[in-house]
Amino acid sequence: MAIPIAYNLRNLVVRKTTTVMTALGIGLTVAVLVADLALVNGLKQAFQSTGNPLQILVLRKGGTAELSSAMSREVYQDLKTNPGIARDAGGQPMASLEMVAVISLAGIDSPNGMSISLRGLDPVGRQLHNARVVDGRWFQAGRREIVVGRSVSKRYPQARVGKQIRFGKGLWQVVGVMDAGQSAFNSEIWGDLNQIASDFNRQDTASSVLLRAVDAAAVPALVNSLNDDRRLNVAAIPEQTYYDNQTNAGAPLQILGTFVSIIMAVGSSFAAMNTMFAAVSRRAMEIGTLRVLGFSRFSILTSFFFESLLLAAAGGLAGCLLALPLNGMTTGVGNFTTFSEIAFNFQVTPAVMLPGVLFALILGAVGGLLPARSAARQEILVALREG
Amino acid sequence: MKYLPLILKNSLRNRKRTSLTVASIAVSFCLLGFLLAMYRVLFFGNDPTPAQALRLLTHHRVSLAQPMPASYEDKIAKVPGVKSVTEWQWFGGVYKDARDTRNFFMRMAAEPSKLFTILSELQIPDRQKETFQHDRIGCIAAKSLADRQGWKLGQRITIMGDIFPVNLELTLDGIFDTPEHMEMLVFNRDYLREGLPPSAKDVVSSYLVQAETPQDVPLAARAIDNMFDNSPAPTKSETERAFQLSFVSFLGNLKLFLMAICGAVTFTILLVSGNTLSMAVRERVREIGILKTLGFTSGTILGIILGEAGVVAVGGGVLGCALAVLMCGMLRNAVVGVQFLKILRVTPEIAAITLAVALFTGIVSALLPAVRAARTPILTSLRYTG
Repeated sequence: MAIPIAYNLRNLVVRKTTTVMTALGIGLTVAVLVADLALVNGLKQAFQSTGNPLQILVLRKGGTAELSSAMSREVYQDLKTNPGIARDAGGQPMASLEMVAVISLAGIDSPNGMSISLRGLDPVGRQLHNARVVDGRWFQAGRREIVVGRSVSKRYPQARVGKQIRFGKGLWQVVGVMDAGQSAFNSEIWGDLNQIASDFNRQDTASSVLLRAVDAAAVPALVNSLNDDRRLNVAAIPEQTYYDNQTNAGAPLQILGTFVSIIMAVGSSFAAMNTMFAAVSRRAMEIGTLRVLGFSRFSILTSFFFESLLLAAAGGLAGCLLALPLNGMTTGVGNFTTFSEIAFNFQVTPAVMLPGVLFALILGAVGGLLPARSAARQEILVALREG
Repeated sequence: MKYLPLILKNSLRNRKRTSLTVASIAVSFCLLGFLLAMYRVLFFGNDPTPAQALRLLTHHRVSLAQPMPASYEDKIAKVPGVKSVTEWQWFGGVYKDARDTRNFFMRMAAEPSKLFTILSELQIPDRQKETFQHDRIGCIAAKSLADRQGWKLGQRITIMGDIFPVNLELTLDGIFDTPEHMEMLVFNRDYLREGLPPSAKDVVSSYLVQAETPQDVPLAARAIDNMFDNSPAPTKSETERAFQLSFVSFLGNLKLFLMAICGAVTFTILLVSGNTLSMAVRERVREIGILKTLGFTSGTILGIILGEAGVVAVGGGVLGCALAVLMCGMLRNAVVGVQFLKILRVTPEIAAITLAVALFTGIVSALLPAVRAARTPILTSLRYTG
């Protein structure tokens, strides 16, 4: 026969100071883990929602990043004629020549300046990237105007509509803020391709070409035909693959966070063990009484084990609550592919909290097993005499 | 002090509890010590060596990814206070397979004739140095790197270009040792120049500048940056330390993250130690009443309980520091390719801070139960049946 759960619950409530302190200790451990997972989750989201499955990014042969790639205008003109490329309403091929560079801006987190990606592109590129302006307007061709991503405008006071930013050969007017969903483009600054190319003395060679295939079936064929074309000498990759590969920008923080929470967990499980041992020794008489009433050793073992799990679960929930205020907070990390910052939001989702609570339960199980065993092993007479 | 035996006896009374508490606290302090060591290497680093104190790194103000004209070299050399300057070109590139992190190391192009006076801490046999200085396609590599890759003198090393459209076919002429354990390979910048198309020849990612005296360093930095202020490629000259810091800021807001975790860890210690002590005090209410009837004052009782907390916490702190030392040592040896981990160390200062935190948290956590015990009237405590 099992001992009712209410018995464990009441015990935890009666010793509320100890319960709260132990649960909070476990909670802090869980909070560190949940915060770490939320950070990685947010970063993944930013990269995974970047890129259209129909689109292909073309770089110089051997190139792995837009920043270090070079793409001449002649190659672009040749590329455009490929029949696998979709055409827009006006019958023009949907291929966008783009130039990527890095500029430095002073931000809230980084008063000494942080690197931001700058992208020069034509109107067809805006269409392919599926970005819309949420404030102000788009830049006009032939003018020194730029539009900043939403995260950039939030984190860099200089990058607001109406202000000017100095880079390249002079000042640029910020005329709009764009929103590209949860994607990496929110961390970029965009301007007219020709204007930006001339400021960086790169009129002949831009960085990359983005193009859209006719349909999903045409994507692999287009990738292969571009990669195999000796004359073009380019490397084509599906756009989504390119951005997925950048998720490792968060690796240093992820490793640090996981490492720390595992070590904290070891400490917390010792603490949980301590609390449970104290509970067992305080309740020696109760245990004896329970045995006299006919409860088996096994049901006492499960009862104490379960109490430890309850305690840990409370801690796990507390940890999730502690980490919850982080949800939606924006932070940024350096991306070694673009040599610039990618901003993203912490995402405390159920998918992140679940591992946190499971982690707490494991912790409680480890901490509760030995005390529960010692409770179950007590001899009735000794236990009854001890009180 | 004469109560020390009593304090020790008390803390050893419930061995299981004390050892679990010490273990729990020790793990937390180990983490705290480790995080502080991490913080130190990231934001303070080792003190600059005399050679480092003389050096500046000049790069494009906006970012390392943007080049400067090669003509800057002569102009920088003429700045007062500058003793020597060399091109210091980040090559990037791919060695064998870029997906394997063991193949990642710094590949720099420099001028062999000036390299060894500016990077005077490089220890290399004179014969090897001379070979390198006269070999157009020669290169030298750090000992730790050469050991890891299994390179021998005379080895052919091929590096595929990515930023530069050039593939390098290098010969290993020398193996050098550095106190910083930098994992890098340096080759002749002339060899790189030859392979580049005319339009790409005029690009330098950074210059390594050596000043005459440490006092000249800040002056020379300002003079260089002022000189190029209104040019298309303005510069930023900074010490290696400052440069490293800007690189660390690239990893994200690490300062805040580390501080937050340290805070959480310290708070956990407070909870664990406070919890244990209040359990211990609750068990001894009657005993404390008896001590009072024997003439112990409230103050002495307060002191005895605080002392017990201090002993347990400092015990955990000492054990934790020892664990942190072990952990840093293991990381230093286990991780390859992460430069700053090579100097990860629990310094005496860090150990002192950790122990101070231990004493502090021990006493703070015990304050509440100790005051309560000291204040309980004798009759109440004697009547207590816990």
